Amino acid sequence: MGDILSLIAKRLGLGLITLLVISIIIFFMVELLPGDIAQAVLGQGATEENLAALREQMGLNKPAVVRYLEWLAGAVRLDFGSSVVTGEPVTQAIGDRFINTLFLAAYAAVIAVPFAITLGVLVALLRNTVFDRVANVTTLTAISSPEFFLGYILILFFSVRWGMFPAISSLSPGMSFGELLERTFLPALTLVLVVTAHMMRMTRAAIINLLASPYIEMARLKGTPPWRVIVKHALPNAWAPIINVVALNLAYLITGVVLVEVVFVYPGIGQALVDAVSKRDFPIVQACCLIFAATFILLNLAADVGSILTNPRLRHPK
Amino acid sequence: MKNSEQQMMLDRLADAAREGRISRRSFMSYSMAAGMTATAATGLWTTSAKAQPVSGGTFRVGLHDNNTSDTHDPGTYLSIQQIVLAHTHRAYLTMINTDQTLGGDVALEWEGSSDATTWTFRLKENVVFHDGRGVNADDVIASMNFHRGDDSTSAAKALLADVTDISKTDDYTVVFQLAGPNADLPWLMTDYHLTIQPANDDGSIDWQSGIGCGPYRIVDGSFGVGFQLERHDGWHGEGAYFDAIEYLAINDPNARQVALVSGDVDAVSSIDLKTMALMQRNPDLIIENVPSGSAITMPMHCDTGPFDNVDVRMALKLAMNRDEIVEKIAFGAAVAGNDFHHSPAMPYYPEGLDQLSYDPDRARALLQGAGIDELNVDLSSAESIFSGAVDMCVLYAEQAKAAGININVVREPNDGYYSDVWLRKPFCCVAWGARPTPDVMYTLAYKDDAAWNESRWQNARFNELLLQGKSELDDAKRGEIYSEMATIARDDGGTIIPFFRNFVYARRSNVQNTGALAASWEMDGARAASRWWFEG
Repeated sequence: MGDILSLIAKRLGLGLITLLVISIIIFFMVELLPGDIAQAVLGQGATEENLAALREQMGLNKPAVVRYLEWLAGAVRLDFGSSVVTGEPVTQAIGDRFINTLFLAAYAAVIAVPFAITLGVLVALLRNTVFDRVANVTTLTAISSPEFFLGYILILFFSVRWGMFPAISSLSPGMSFGELLERTFLPALTLVLVVTAHMMRMTRAAIINLLASPYIEMARLKGTPPWRVIVKHALPNAWAPIINVVALNLAYLITGVVLVEVVFVYPGIGQALVDAVSKRDFPIVQACCLIFAATFILLNLAADVGSILTNPRLRHPK
Repeated sequence: MKNSEQQMMLDRLADAAREGRISRRSFMSYSMAAGMTATAATGLWTTSAKAQPVSGGTFRVGLHDNNTSDTHDPGTYLSIQQIVLAHTHRAYLTMINTDQTLGGDVALEWEGSSDATTWTFRLKENVVFHDGRGVNADDVIASMNFHRGDDSTSAAKALLADVTDISKTDDYTVVFQLAGPNADLPWLMTDYHLTIQPANDDGSIDWQSGIGCGPYRIVDGSFGVGFQLERHDGWHGEGAYFDAIEYLAINDPNARQVALVSGDVDAVSSIDLKTMALMQRNPDLIIENVPSGSAITMPMHCDTGPFDNVDVRMALKLAMNRDEIVEKIAFGAAVAGNDFHHSPAMPYYPEGLDQLSYDPDRARALLQGAGIDELNVDLSSAESIFSGAVDMCVLYAEQAKAAGININVVREPNDGYYSDVWLRKPFCCVAWGARPTPDVMYTLAYKDDAAWNESRWQNARFNELLLQGKSELDDAKRGEIYSEMATIARDDGGTIIPFFRNFVYARRSNVQNTGALAASWEMDGARAASRWWFEG
């Protein structure tokens, strides 16, 4: 157990360094964008005088390095600054939206992970049958289509033709949980379709890989039924690669939803990030990107810890 | 046409008008085609055709152009989200009526001194803010002063640069003192930045709370997501038939159209021109196609070769086939330009001027007369100017080949186009928002010393007329002045205007309006919330 704790501590430390490097890269990439923030805020209609006044007000006249260090000094005290454009604290500006994104990701994950793994086990059991082929072709088609296209297909059938679900997932305050689930069903379903194939195929491959092992042969010779061979004997040893793929896909559910948000008008963090980039609103861009980066770091860590915990040989190294 | 047939035709027209399937303009022309006089047709439209407005319902609108970083600061108004919201929860001194004339909003009446340097606005006394406070002269003065002064960051600062002093003579009378004559000041007061906010004790304004004196009050919402509003019962104007308004930020054109088709919203502020024809076939939807004052321009720097030669400029104007551009790039939802920046949607529009038409032979002759056998120019463009901007330039380049002109279309980055390309590159493509009057437009971008004189054009007679127009209070004389200016701009100016864009937006057929729509912004001059209603 102590090994795992020290692994976690070490990985978290490395993660922090990664975040620092990312924050530097993001800051200077935003700086490199042509045009400046005052211009972006006031638009085509601004005069030089206006721009100068606004730059002064926003503190843009300081050198870039100074502005970065000021931001960093705040960030280590967990104060991520305020939006340069609206003056709103970053946590307030993107807090609700981040929660919305997490909700949608969780909704999709709750459906996608059990569905994909079950399907993976089933196709491993019924490998090379018509069921296996159909499941593979369908999920591969889904993953090969761009998200927005899948979204439009779902909208065409589920809302325009059949009128079962709303075409847009706008949220309003005081919505009941059931209503919320109904409103966000189509974007969640889109995400499910996008991530299922990956997890299902990894489950299938990992299990089939193990089926040639001597202990599986042994189990079969004892007369264990095929479903039991797979669920009880093969699956526990296949967890490590599956957990890794699941973690990657969960990260994707959080960071890769911009297109889905746009298509379904869902107020998540992706749209906030796009707006912030177009306005050169550095603190918001920084906060969104760091959230995304942290998501990847944490989920990767979780995947590694998960693989160790499911594998006794790694848990008790000789 | 037999009498009975004619009656049947008119009945059908009246039915169509009542159901809102037909605009006032089409109604008039069909009625006249069916043998009615104009007066009779107008009468039929106003009395029998349109049903009376009905109150009630929640009007849900999907808006384009929304940013998370937008705020209630009227000095930074830029996006459609801010502009439409401003016309819903705030009010202005004056407004553009549905027949494109000028009407009062917070102002009851106004009067200019004979030299047009002093303007007196009398305010309505029954105007109240959403928190119940009455609106008086101090609020108006503070709201205007917000855009003035040295440290103002407002984009409307230039608009009010000529205002030297704003004072009150009593609680409901505000006097604007100008440095020079400006006959258009009451029109300027419709500018989307110039909303009325509550004044603080120190003369600043409270824009942060979002309290206004418009027809609806904000209940909840955030920029980039949407807003919920409810009717402000003490509103001073006519209309506001809906009980509540819901604005939804739907930036993606497909998502917006799907939301309208599936009934998730009742109207959308802009539709994709590529799918306009398909949407027109849907009987549940009504598409509004309103000519606007928003122009696409191509300024040529008149102080830079080869554009310093008026024959070259004219050759480039004649080498453009505007009809083809309107049809292929704007899908017909545009009005061809005539190279003077004055749209038919603006007051004092000069009727009857000769339209420049595609004439490559004359263009070639002009160039040869100027001693140029082959003209090579670079034209800068970017897709962010408007959807189809680069395509338009490429099409123009093809058309100009027939005149021996080689136009090399340079695709510039979308980001920073207006800071790095516009006003810098000698020949580029620009999109302009609508301005209320020709004087505002010409002063902003065609006056010899204007910061945004995008074509660097200097014409003594044009500038003389511009100043003359500012102090002229007689409408007929102003009409003549703007007509002469238009002729000069067309024949000598350095700006090609391929077309004026139409506003194309849509509503579901249960949403009604009077058929006349203000052309200043999308959604009936951004005032659909207070002017439209649900069918009873």
